[in-house]
Amino acid sequence: MSGTFEGMPAFPKAAHEAVGNQTLRGNLRHATHTIRAKRAKAVAEVSDWAVLREAGKRIKDHTLRHLDQYLEQLEESVTAAGGTVHWAADADEANRIVARLVKETGESEVVKVKSMATQEIGLNEALEAEGIRAYETDLAELIVQLGKDRPSHILVPAIHRNRGEIRDIFEREMSEWGRPAPEGLTDTPAELAEAARLHLREKFLRAKVGISGANFMVAETGTLVVVESEGNGRMCLTLPETLISVVGIEKIVPTWRDLEVFLQTLPRSSTAERMNPYTSMWTGTTDGDGPQNFHLVLLDNGRTDTLADEVGRQALRCIRCSACLNVCPVYERAGGHAYGSVYPGPIGAILSPQLRGTASEIDASLPYASSLCGACYEVCPVAIDIPEVLVHLRERVVEGGQVVREGNKVVLQPAKGHAAERAAMRAARWAFTHPGALRTGQRLASRTRRLHPRTLPGPGKAWSGSRDLPAVPAEPFRDWWQRTNGGKGGAK
Amino acid sequence: MLGRVRRALADVPHDETPYEEAVPREYLREHGERSVEETVDLLAENLADYRAVVHRCTSGELAAQIGRLLTARGSKTVLVPPGADAQWLAGTDAERVPDRAESTPHELDQVDSVVTGCAVAVAETGTIVLDGSPDQGRRRITLVPDHHICVVRVPEQVVSSVPQALERLDPARPLTWISGPSATSDIELDRVEGVHGPRTLEVVLVSDQPSADVNS
Amino acid sequence: MRVALFLTCVNDTLYPDTGRAVVKLLTRLGVEVDFPMAQTCCGQAHYNTGYRHETEPLARHFSDVFADYEAIVTPSGSCGAMVRELYPRMGERARAEGRGDALAATLERVVPKTYELTEFLVDVLGVTDVGACYPHRVTYHPTCHGLRSLGLGDRPRRLLQAVKGLELVELPGAEECCGFGGTFALKNSDVSAAMGADKVRNAESTGAEVLCAADNSCLMHIGGTMTRLDSGMRPVHIAEILASTEEEPAA
Repeated sequence: MSGTFEGMPAFPKAAHEAVGNQTLRGNLRHATHTIRAKRAKAVAEVSDWAVLREAGKRIKDHTLRHLDQYLEQLEESVTAAGGTVHWAADADEANRIVARLVKETGESEVVKVKSMATQEIGLNEALEAEGIRAYETDLAELIVQLGKDRPSHILVPAIHRNRGEIRDIFEREMSEWGRPAPEGLTDTPAELAEAARLHLREKFLRAKVGISGANFMVAETGTLVVVESEGNGRMCLTLPETLISVVGIEKIVPTWRDLEVFLQTLPRSSTAERMNPYTSMWTGTTDGDGPQNFHLVLLDNGRTDTLADEVGRQALRCIRCSACLNVCPVYERAGGHAYGSVYPGPIGAILSPQLRGTASEIDASLPYASSLCGACYEVCPVAIDIPEVLVHLRERVVEGGQVVREGNKVVLQPAKGHAAERAAMRAARWAFTHPGALRTGQRLASRTRRLHPRTLPGPGKAWSGSRDLPAVPAEPFRDWWQRTNGGKGGAK
Repeated sequence: MLGRVRRALADVPHDETPYEEAVPREYLREHGERSVEETVDLLAENLADYRAVVHRCTSGELAAQIGRLLTARGSKTVLVPPGADAQWLAGTDAERVPDRAESTPHELDQVDSVVTGCAVAVAETGTIVLDGSPDQGRRRITLVPDHHICVVRVPEQVVSSVPQALERLDPARPLTWISGPSATSDIELDRVEGVHGPRTLEVVLVSDQPSADVNS
Repeated sequence: MRVALFLTCVNDTLYPDTGRAVVKLLTRLGVEVDFPMAQTCCGQAHYNTGYRHETEPLARHFSDVFADYEAIVTPSGSCGAMVRELYPRMGERARAEGRGDALAATLERVVPKTYELTEFLVDVLGVTDVGACYPHRVTYHPTCHGLRSLGLGDRPRRLLQAVKGLELVELPGAEECCGFGGTFALKNSDVSAAMGADKVRNAESTGAEVLCAADNSCLMHIGGTMTRLDSGMRPVHIAEILASTEEEPAA
């Protein structure tokens, strides 16, 4: 399997294979159902959850609506605290900056904290091309890296793997990257965690360059925040001499005080804990403690294009908790890889087509990868109305219209693949605004009902391949209503 | 990039509600009403719930308590930050290792235990926060050794909630929030303790009164 | 009270029994029901598939047909949610696009007085015991738009619990979507079918004879899956259960 998502097929095709993979279905079902119940319990402990959720939403909305101002403030405060700020308009620019910064240290290897932003820009591959080896240190990222696999979940990128598969990957691959797996490794989670500890320890202790993302950046103070569990984050943020953090521009909050909201809502929404084991906060550099060189790379890569869409910009409120993935019935069955992006699940279905545009087959299909059941919106700790944005992006696909791509206004044409559907929708609209025509159609269906097959050929197979068709009644309701005078005329 | 941001926000009116009014702060400063003693009890309960080992003693008993913990662990070497109370290690024979600026991570990896104070502890979440003060040292010393003993002065260092903790902290300092020993949820989304950070976290709640009174 | 039945295009064409049940039930409760013959479709499928501009004429037509009634009652959670939640949003979008307040003003005439059936019974008529009798073991599936958009809460369950002879059994994973989702069922048929099969298996595990819901679109999908999987269960709309009496039991 390739380590990137390039050339992915449309969602339904990728999901088709996942639905048939019983191991994958079992792994995802087990993991998502475990965390769902725990999250509900952790959230129920907090009596003011709804108020915290609203506050989180408002803080993020306010920040996004004044992002220019907060970005400038952040640059000033980080610089004043001893950090250096870099601006990257896209993935290539960010990768070039990071590669240059690493080369300037004279090092050829880096340790990495799990970071969605660096996954998004394909940093590891870019560094590899420059002769720099990046070691993933988060357990799940390690499993993905060792398995030459792709991430399938925001929080737990190896969620598609069960303990037996993880054991096999460790036993087979660890020796290629450093310390081999211990002899006789079993599949108990504690032993697997121990194997990861031993394998990565030597890398942490000798590391000179660390690369991270950040969960939050405080404009007022220049503080960055990384929320984690294992301690690999602390290792990467503390032991190296140089720290490079690549962070999306939407991760800003205005003030220190704003953290009081998100440090309550994020852990409970993501790992269903009152608090995650470790949270690191640093402001520039500190003499004698931690990296003495700190670089912050602020990443756009489609975010300002997303910001330009008044309906779609709410996707930038996301704090990457992954609660929406865990509760999504489509994600549970299709798996994360089908979404063709490092951002899978409901949030991915609204982020990817905005960050990357809707030109590719996969991105044009993502807005439809949802039954619009609304469970994602219900659990979202910053109240992103994901169904609303999905429908908005469907409109962009089928009707086209003006959008912003790479900072320029462009007018999209309606997607070609939807021509037949568009014609059918127009015809239906015509019939529905001409009740007489609708009635003629209903009657025709009723009169020919004995001739209707139970399964359909062609596109109708999408329904009848797995479900029987409903029987058409002898007469539509409106005929009965008229014939019996609203049921008063005698007929039952 | 700032130009792109400004163009994207062309719809935002100039006279929009300012930050102070845009964010409702009606959420609670703490959850539930508790006495000081109950808050300390809740801290102990939540620390233990995430597998930290909690001990209680008076300041007079602290040296002996730390000594017992190091003996029970079998620690031969112990590191304390430069500003630690000299009394902390009065009850142990373990070799005292100083943290020198030039100490390498490999050297730290050879140390059996580390004893530090903390800046604040959060009862509702079972969290201790370190801020690099002299009794806590630089961040790496509580990270590389596998056994961390953290001394919390109760009740004065204990707050109920996350909002109260942030009020007490200085963002200019490097901060580490610790809730239980290192853990992961990466295998089947189930929590397992013990990965890269210290696998054993012991928290000693120290009060000036006899512990029986603390519990009353 | 002069109440209009907004039956929905799906029910009108495929499930006239549900329409007859609503008429029978409301008439029994003393409500005068009218069925405006000019009614067609609320436009939900158009809107949710991305054809907002094709939906606007349908919404205006809906408003023209129903605006003069005191209340509009529909036996469909999703069509009810379309009018109540999404019509105002369409009005807002038109305004944001510089097309003025006309659409919003037109739709405002119908939005606040549109009720899903169980909402109308419990909130407007103030009844939970509707005098029904249905001696069967039933499990209830709360459909997504009724549950999460309209916030029907326990209204349907309270109505069912008051039905004579009815044994209501808990559906495991009740709040999980059945996988219908309108055009989702066609565009992502594999995932949709997998969700449907899981829903049917959960329903079968209850030992109930009947799976009840307040939306025939979802029941069409669940029922079609039931017969394909040779399940012994039947899908039944809640209106048909509530209309059923000892004298005139449901078919």
